[in-house]
Amino acid sequence: MHSGLTISQADPRPMYLQIKEQIRHRVALGDWPAGREIPSIRQLAIELRVSVITVKRAYLELEREGVIVTQHGKGSCVADGLDLSLDLQERELEEHLAAAVRIARLLGLSDEELAARLRQIEREKVKKKA
Amino acid sequence: MSTQAIALNGVSKAFKFFKLDALSLELAQGQIMGLVGPNGAGKSTTIRILMGMIPADAGDVRVLGHSIPSEQALAKRDIGFVSDDMRLFPNATLDWHMQFVASIYPSWDVNYATTLLKRFNLQPAQLVKGLSHGEHTKALLLLVLARRPRLLVLDEPTTGLDPVARHEVLAELMDVLQDDNRSILFSSHNTLDVERISDQITFIDRGHVVESRDKETFLERWRRLQIQVGTRNNLPQVPSVVDVSTSGQLATVTTNHYTPELHRVFERAGAVVHEVQRMTLEEIFVANVMSSRRERMQ
Repeated sequence: MHSGLTISQADPRPMYLQIKEQIRHRVALGDWPAGREIPSIRQLAIELRVSVITVKRAYLELEREGVIVTQHGKGSCVADGLDLSLDLQERELEEHLAAAVRIARLLGLSDEELAARLRQIEREKVKKKA
Repeated sequence: MSTQAIALNGVSKAFKFFKLDALSLELAQGQIMGLVGPNGAGKSTTIRILMGMIPADAGDVRVLGHSIPSEQALAKRDIGFVSDDMRLFPNATLDWHMQFVASIYPSWDVNYATTLLKRFNLQPAQLVKGLSHGEHTKALLLLVLARRPRLLVLDEPTTGLDPVARHEVLAELMDVLQDDNRSILFSSHNTLDVERISDQITFIDRGHVVESRDKETFLERWRRLQIQVGTRNNLPQVPSVVDVSTSGQLATVTTNHYTPELHRVFERAGAVVHEVQRMTLEEIFVANVMSSRRERMQ
């Protein structure tokens, strides 16, 4: 089974995180539905040409977060649970907002200014649609 | 049977101008280890010792459960060794070399050899002297890979390869690991390759092991922090900090044992942590070697 995942060495995120986020994304979109079998650690390592330990780390964290379930000797599959994709998107939003706050701090923007920027982006989107 | 593919314990070897000093490292079966070090660090000496090509002055060497050098003939049945100074016979064809190796090693896999010829884009009828540097390297690798050895020992396998050839070689190395009894030790200057495919990484410098551990731990522990120290420059002394460089009110702090707790330590001292950066293996390698050299000078 070809996973379609990719690794970029120009990406500042570590490789295990790239793997983790791409799997989370596929699950969130529903492309990888609950119960779907996912590649074994070794298979994915060979496919992506990254070390086994890197894929293992990504899988361990996904398991801890309840995204995948690993059964010994049977491999891993996407966990059951309907709210999963919503939950994942929620978390993704959380991460983006945290990053925005961090950059705003560096730029010396106040919370009000950051909120104003957010509203402005929203307004521009609405205008484009109209 | 031993689960260690390689176990070196306290291995020393003195030459007139270079000394390998009580070197120890272990590679578990099924794993890839990258051996990284500057020129003259002792990478090739280490590899020659574990291949039984030169005897150690002291220490214990075991490869695939066999004691080296006394049982090296047994061990070598299952080892594939390639170094960048090996040369095939210039006036023989690649096919002749394949027949030759097949006649020595019963494990030679004819089908796999044919597959490798295609994947590496090599012509069996070609004379070795007509091969480019990259083709010669790929031919050497083909001759060991098709034996399906349990351990691959590769001294600079990707040096001098163009990006396409490097990609082909790395893909083949990863393929080896489909069988989880097989292991790889490779030395390289190319930290990008090492960072990508290694499970274990060993840094060596000036005949010493600077650090040897699993790659994820390496990448997780080393961070660079951008810190605003203010005008009073009162950075607290922290043992895990290996380097500090200050410019104006900003300091760049490199640590080899990052934890979020570190933020509080700096913040209690009145500094502001602006950014925490991960480091590439190359950056970690350079910082690690420099700090270990400073320590040894003291």
